[in-house]
Order: sequence, then structure tokens, then C-alpha cells
Amino acid sequence: MMRWRQAMVLMVLVLAAVLAGSLTGRAQRAGTVPGDVQSLIEARGLTPDQVRAALQTYVPPGKYDEYLMFSSAGQGGQVLVFGIPSMRLLRVIGVFAPEPWQGYGVGSEESATVLNWRGTDPRLAWGDTHHPALSETRGEYDGKWLFINDKAGSRIAVIDLRDFATKQIVRNPNAVSNHGAVVSPNTDYVLEVTQYAAPFPFRYVPLTQENYNRHYRGLATFWKFDRAKGRIDVSKSFQIELPPYWQDLADFGKLESDGWAFWNSFNTERAIGGTLEKKPPIEIGASARDMDYLHIVNWKRAEQLINEGKFEVVNGMKVIRLRDAVAAGILYLAPEPKSPHGLDVAPRGDYIVVGGKLDPNVTVYSFRKIQEAIRTKAFSGRDDYGIPILKFDAVVAAQVKIGLGPLHTMFDDKGNAYTSLFLDSAVAKWTLGPPYNPPDRAWKLVQKLPVQYNVGHLSTVEGDTVKPGGKYLVALNKWSVDQYKNVGPLLPQNLQLVDISGEEMKLLYNAPVGIGEPHLAQIIRMDRVKAWETYPAGTNPLTMRPDPNAVKAGQQRIVRQGRTVRVYMTAMRSHFVPDRVRVKRGDTVIFHITNIERTKDAIHGFAIDRHNVNLSLEPGKSETVVLKAERPGVYPFYCTEFCSALHLEMMGYLEVEP
Amino acid sequence: MRGSRAQTLWAPAAAAGLLVASLFVPYWQLVLYAPQYPGGLRAVVYLTHVSGDAQEISNLNHYIGMKALEEAAPLERSLAVPTVLLFAGVAVLSAALPGGWRWVLGLPLVLFPLGFVADLAAWLWYYGHSMDPAAPIRLEPFMPVVVGRGVVAQFKTVATFQGGFYLAVAASLLMLYHLGRGRAEAARGRREDRARPVEVAAR
Repeated sequence: MMRWRQAMVLMVLVLAAVLAGSLTGRAQRAGTVPGDVQSLIEARGLTPDQVRAALQTYVPPGKYDEYLMFSSAGQGGQVLVFGIPSMRLLRVIGVFAPEPWQGYGVGSEESATVLNWRGTDPRLAWGDTHHPALSETRGEYDGKWLFINDKAGSRIAVIDLRDFATKQIVRNPNAVSNHGAVVSPNTDYVLEVTQYAAPFPFRYVPLTQENYNRHYRGLATFWKFDRAKGRIDVSKSFQIELPPYWQDLADFGKLESDGWAFWNSFNTERAIGGTLEKKPPIEIGASARDMDYLHIVNWKRAEQLINEGKFEVVNGMKVIRLRDAVAAGILYLAPEPKSPHGLDVAPRGDYIVVGGKLDPNVTVYSFRKIQEAIRTKAFSGRDDYGIPILKFDAVVAAQVKIGLGPLHTMFDDKGNAYTSLFLDSAVAKWTLGPPYNPPDRAWKLVQKLPVQYNVGHLSTVEGDTVKPGGKYLVALNKWSVDQYKNVGPLLPQNLQLVDISGEEMKLLYNAPVGIGEPHLAQIIRMDRVKAWETYPAGTNPLTMRPDPNAVKAGQQRIVRQGRTVRVYMTAMRSHFVPDRVRVKRGDTVIFHITNIERTKDAIHGFAIDRHNVNLSLEPGKSETVVLKAERPGVYPFYCTEFCSALHLEMMGYLEVEP
Repeated sequence: MRGSRAQTLWAPAAAAGLLVASLFVPYWQLVLYAPQYPGGLRAVVYLTHVSGDAQEISNLNHYIGMKALEEAAPLERSLAVPTVLLFAGVAVLSAALPGGWRWVLGLPLVLFPLGFVADLAAWLWYYGHSMDPAAPIRLEPFMPVVVGRGVVAQFKTVATFQGGFYLAVAASLLMLYHLGRGRAEAARGRREDRARPVEVAAR
């Protein structure tokens, strides 16, 4: 009997000990850090804030980020894709410049088609990407498409987010320069506004002040996007002729301002330089007046004018002439502090925020006041081209003094706006007015966070949509100066991640970018983007449909038709079929190559020595290479993507007989 | 008498149903694990076809000179549907027939799962013993595991029977139960037949 009781007591004790042990273990995990971690923090001299930042941004191996950031790469001509909060670079998307790793612009017919490397146009080997625009449905990112402009070539690219590849590039036939791309709330249109005025229609007109004022023009191009086809439909697109001011960043209205669009301009002085002739340089001439013009455009009405046939066709584009736009009342101006850059419509579509780079204020226009001013004709006059200028005081809701060089604004989910301050090298957080905040908290500067250095654009999570996500902000800084080890005089660009989830902004992480100058970026929730893991078998990456020349196992063959030799080839670990191709000098050789793998990441390359050819064949992809066999010899072709243990053996020979 | 007919019919009918249903369910599965395939690769074997990552496994097989999975058991796969329907049909038919015929017609269904295992083992043996000596990676001939764990090159393999096989086993057991009961009843019936005249005579 006694023994039983002893055993019971012992059992209870053991249970209690186990329970206590597990509880203290849990307490230790949650409360304090193990000693070796503490000593690591001390050895590296990290402050508690830095440790906190490290924990917020660290994404363990094999885990995913919460957001994707699509960033322009500036003169690099490409698009960069980062994970947030880790700031790891996940992809570079070849857009306006060849990208050999992706087999983009180095041999595939598909990419040559996208790059318009046909006809008489010069083969543009680069582009200047500035402003990415994710497609939207009802004002929210839908994760389907990405658009981006090329400032140097006046082009807009369409990127399909099923395979993160460029599908279309349209060149503006009436413009030689642009700045930015933005989409309407349902992606009906992609808006491209010219940057530098040029003779319209484009031709040679000697650059004199008189000619400039009379014959040079700006243009707003509304590219119609056909969602079903995934392509811009040039035939349904239209342009509005504008004065020869230098139009700049634009934004579409949304919700209450849906149907309208807005953009900035600078050099309304119409300065044309002449530094050798001792005339003031353009930068001085273009900053002479205190005010430039905000452009206010009723694009729904413009679309009606097009449908009513009130347009002229210039170089194949439907154009609403300036006088017709004024007569129809679709174009208005409003003064804005000089040399502005960013123009951003608040989430509800009620305010338009303009950053004048040379003014310490952000100027906030009220859409309702604009409508009222148009209705009551509250004009302060007309410009030289007859466009009504709305009275500044009649349309402005507020000016918020936030610091020097306000440049670009995005929003969060709590009624705050964030504006980059180029001259101050800082990000300003300030409050929007009603209905976002009560009057006593409206239009107030909350905090300025120094960033390193010369911040251009900034981006917050889905911060230019109708439902901003808050949480993170990225400052895209132009100068890094001392932030990284000197790697030569060309310094990395500096992207900085900032925590905006609390009342106070906190700098979290520096990400150097050494492959281009990011201008604008957009941050999207990762779950909105549903990319393919592999292509459906035999897919042509241009049409995203079955390629009529795709090859299946057992169908490989070489067919000669006169002087044309067609090679129907498959790639699979670790061999090409066929692996020997013999042609004669002067033959046209057409390779149709299909990667018949079905396994994720089983990618093959296809390079032909000395022929400037390299493809990236992801599983299921089918591409075509056309080349002229001109130099007799025996040329190895081989797989450029280390695909398997016998990757080096994955090759063949192209024989060109004399 | 009619009640006993219905009673004797349900078991072979259910067994036949289970066997037919098994056509739609995998019988056997081989999972291969290697670091570069985090979720593993699966060969899922039905009576009629192989699915899962069969193409990838076949592709890997070529490195060791093993035949492609899709080439295995072509005759068996093409005859699977008629065979199963025939076995199921005659099993149901057997319920209506007397004595010895029952066994002749019911046995194919009873032995079906056993036949599957024997055929599977034979094919596995053949695949492990017919590897192309010209293959890049040469392995000693081996017997792949029918059920359980094994190792081939960098792959750890796990072979398991799947639902379809268990349906066939259930069908087999049901049929066996039916045949066994039929035999017992027949024995009882013979005893009663012998007893009854005596009873009549007594009356």
C-alpha cells in the first residue's frame, strides 16, 4: 500500500518537473536570447534598433518574402524584381536591352519580334526605363501585367507576369521622348506623356524660338490595352496634342475622379538654350517663372471625341488636335509650383498631390474644387495656345511645408502621405486632410527620416492604388556616397527599406543596385502574382499558345526545302536531337527547338559558337532561330544552362560545307 | 430459397464492384527522394497507366540505362479493362451456378491481387536486370523493392501499395468468404438432403 502511494507521488513529481521544464523552455524562447546570440550582437556592435531591423528583414533559407517590388533599371533598360522585406534581387527582366541569360535579343526570333528588330527601324540596343506600372482592376493591382516606358526611344513595353517576360514593345510614331507609364483603374489605357517637345508631325524644323512655339508640341498618348490579347491595340489608341511645355509625370484619376487624368509640366517658359551663344542654359531658362502648369484632362470625353470621329490621323495614330481639345473642353491648366516632378492621386481619388522640386511645399489640389472651377469658369486667363488656366486659389486644397525638394508621393492605409525630399535627402511623412484625418490632424508634417542620399522616387506597398497596404516604404536614392565599399567611381545605387507600420518611420535595410539606376518601383502583395512554374508543353513564349513548330519526342527531323534547312529539335537532359546538322554555305538554317522537359527548373540553353546565338529554353518552351550559313566550318552548339551531370556533353555540331 | 439466393448474390456482386472500382485508383506507388526534388518524385501505377512524375523518372532512368516507365507492361495495361470486367462478370455469374463451377469462375477474382504482385515483381526484376550497358552511369543489376525502402544512386525510394490494390484485396477476401460459405452451405445442404427423406419416412 505504502509503495503504491510512493509511486503515485513520484509520478506526480515527474509530471510536474516535465511540465515546468517545457514551460521554462518556452519562456526562454520567447523572452531572452541565448548567451551566444547576445555575444554575437555585442561582437558586431549592433544597437537594439539594428537587431530589430535585422530580425524584421531576415528571410530564412527556403522561406519567401511577403511582397514583390518591380523596379525600373534606368539606363540598364531592364526591370528588376526584388523580394521585400529581404530586398533580395529575384529577377532581372530583359525589356529594352538584350539580356543574354534569358536568351533575349540574342538569336531568338521571338525576342527579335518583341524588340522590333525588323524593317527599317534602327536596332535600338538599349532603353531608359523609368516608370513601371502594374495592371489594375478596379484601382487595385491584379498581378497580371507590367508596363514600363523607355524615355530614350519613346516606347512602352508590355510584360506578362505569367512568365515575367516582355511580350510587346510599341514605339510612339509621333514622339521622340517620354516620361512614365501609368494605367487607368481598369487598365483600359496605358498613358504615356512626352517629355521633351519636338516638331509635330515629327520632321525637321530648325530650332528657333518662333519655330519652337509654333511647330513643336507635346503629346499625351492613351495606349488601348486589350486584356484578352495581352497586347496594346494601336488602332484603338489615341493622342492629344499639347503645347510645347515639357510634360512630365502623370496619374489617372480613380473612384470620384475616374475618367480624368492629370500630369505636370515644366519649362512652360519654352526655353531652348544656346549656351555657346552666351544665352542662358536650359536649366536657367526653364526655371525663370515661379509657376508651371498642371494639366487636367477629361479622357473619357476625349475617348468620346475619338468615337465621334473628331480626330486627325498622323503617322497612323488618331490625334485630337490642340484647338479641338480646347474647344471640346477636355483640357485645362492650373498653376503649380515650378519644376515639379511627382504627381500622385490620393487613394480615394479626391486629392492630387504635386511635388515642386524647387518649392518647400507639396501642393494638394482638390478634384471637387477643380470641377467647381471648371463649372464656374474660374479662370485666371488662357495660355498662348488658348487653354483655360484655372485660378490657383480656386483649386488648391492645401499646401504642406515639408522640406526642400519634394519630389514624389505615395500613401499608406492610415491616411498618411510619404514624400521624398531630394534636396533634404529625407522622406517626409505627413497627414492628408478630411476624410482621411479629422481637421485638427489634417495637412501636418509628422516626421522626416534622413535617407542616404538624394532620394528620387519612393514606393510604399500598393501605395498608388485605391487600397494602399502600408507596412513598408522603399526610398530609391540616387547617391550612395559612403554607404558601401568603394567599387570604382561608378557607385551603386542605394535602395533603402523603411518600416512605416508604426507612428515613427524606421530605416531597416540598405540594398545596393549595381546594374542600373532604378527610378520608380511598385510593390505588390506576393500572393497576387501567379506565375507559371513551367510552360505548357510546346508553348511559344510570344503568343503564349502552342507553337505550330513545336517538336515532340520522336518527331525530330531535318527538312530541306531548296536553300532552306529546317531543323526540328528537342532539348532534354542531356542531349539535343538531332545533334548533327549539315548544311551548305549560303543556306538559310531555321532551328525550331522545344524543351520537352516537364520538371520545374529543368532549363536548357542553346548557343551556337561564333553565331551570336543563345536561347534560354525553360521546360515546355519552343523557340526559333534563323541564321544564314555564311562561313564554312564546323561549329559546336551546346547547352548553356548547367542542366545535369552530363551538361557539358549536351552539345552537337553544325557543319557548314563550303 | 429466394432469400438465400439474394444472400448469396450480394458478396460476389460487391466483390465485382470493388474490383471494377479499383480501375480508377492507383495500385502501387514509388516515391524517389533526392535533395534537388524537395517534394520527391512519384511514379503512380494504375492498372491502365502510370502517372505522377513518370516522365521525369523515365528521363532520369536513361542515365542508368533503365527503360522508360511508360514502356512497362504494355500487354497488361492494354488488357486491364477487359480482364477486370471479365473477372468481375464471371464472379457474379458464379453465384448462380452450382458447386464446382463457382470455384472455377470465382477464383480469377480471388487470385487477382496476387497476380498483380507477381506481375509487378517480374517487371521490376526485368527493369533492374535489363539495363543498357552503354549507359553513362553503370549499376550492378538489382532487384528494386516491391514494398518498402531502397536506394538507387542519390535517390532513396519508398514503394507502397495504394488504394486500388487494397480494393482488389478486399474484393478477393469477399469472394473467398462467399465461396467458403457456399461450400459450407453445400455441405450442410447435403447433410439436410440426406436427413430429409428419413424425416418424411418417419411421418
